[in-house]
Amino acid sequence: MIEFHLDGRSRVSPYQQLVQQVRNALRLDLLREGDQLPTVKDVVASLAINPNTVLKAYRELEHEGLVAARPGVGTFVTRTLADASLAAHGPLRRDLERWLAKARRAGLDEESIEALFTTTFRGAAQEDIA
Amino acid sequence: MSTVMRAEGLGKKYRRRWALSDCTLDVPAGKVVGLVGPNGAGKTTLLNLAVGLLPPTTGSIEVLGGRPADGPEQLARVGFVAQDTPTYAGLTVDEHLRLGAHLNPQWDDAVARDRIDRLGVDPGQRAGRLSGGQRAQLALTLGIAKRPELLILDEPVASLDPLARREFLQDLMEAVAEHELSVILSSHLVSDLERVCDHLIVLVDSRVQVAGDIETLLSTHHLLTGARRDPHTLPGDQQVISASHTDRQSSLLVRSEAPVLDPSWTVTELGLEDLVLAYMSGSKTVDRGRRAALEVLR
Repeated sequence: MIEFHLDGRSRVSPYQQLVQQVRNALRLDLLREGDQLPTVKDVVASLAINPNTVLKAYRELEHEGLVAARPGVGTFVTRTLADASLAAHGPLRRDLERWLAKARRAGLDEESIEALFTTTFRGAAQEDIA
Repeated sequence: MSTVMRAEGLGKKYRRRWALSDCTLDVPAGKVVGLVGPNGAGKTTLLNLAVGLLPPTTGSIEVLGGRPADGPEQLARVGFVAQDTPTYAGLTVDEHLRLGAHLNPQWDDAVARDRIDRLGVDPGQRAGRLSGGQRAQLALTLGIAKRPELLILDEPVASLDPLARREFLQDLMEAVAEHELSVILSSHLVSDLERVCDHLIVLVDSRVQVAGDIETLLSTHHLLTGARRDPHTLPGDQQVISASHTDRQSSLLVRSEAPVLDPSWTVTELGLEDLVLAYMSGSKTVDRGRRAALEVLR
């Protein structure tokens, strides 16, 4: 069972935060097939949030095929995200580290590196949409 | 979608002062609705009209499809926890529950006893000797055990410390999840309501400034910053809520269904608190009335 947390200062909406936390737990193998998610009532009672927020998050996860609701019993994980891409993390991280070293040698400070990464990332994402 | 509360041209005048004017609202069922506004904005007046403690001066209000307080059936369907969660100081907790059982046809004694039990309050204790948090919880218990379809709470957490406030909202949300009730609660603090509500009504100076689904509100309001520019040159579908200018720069909060694509602006998404504050301070700006009128004409 996982426990949800909410970042009150985050601009990410509470329901998205719940969705992301489940996805992350699935990626990191903290949640596995057959595991139960906390009931709506439990989440609501621990976080003091609107039940519709939890329902919406669970519906989205269900829509993505990650969990399934069993009426009267609860919501269960049906698929894991800790897949083959986990193996690719290592090499990608090493590439990124090399790139970061190169950026620093070129005289970029942390803020410039972050700005460059963010704009490139957004630009690429926008091209994907177009 | 069915409606829990519908008001049309609703107004209330005390002697010579309008506490609420020209209020038109449509509040969907199954929601937790936050009513926010500064003190004296008319929140209590609106809630008292909704439960039938006050008759309207103008217009009409419908709650769950009926007239507020119109007979025992209507009274049984709506629960009300008034400001500062009042209880009878001289009665014990147990006497409160017995009173609740006598007065409410759909009283759920098991729910009431279970809640009191979990709160760890001695049923023989007089309500006057309870802490603020416990008293609020007792009032909430009565409101929940009544098993209404709609529970209305006027500033329920205003006088509570942060822990009691959190516990109160946790229990309220648990009841919403368990009994599928609609809730309208007021507060002068947006931060109290941000997590628990999915619908918002902002009331300032006796008028409804904005009302709607919180996610929709957040996705249709944008903060634009850029080189100084006259707000009147914006496209007609961008309604200016508040504007501030320096000699070089303009910062505008606009409401727009469509995304703002003009590259001369830096567009920032807003938090709920910023949005509400903009409506509270923006209620004094001049050009909004003009823009709203334009919007109606289109």
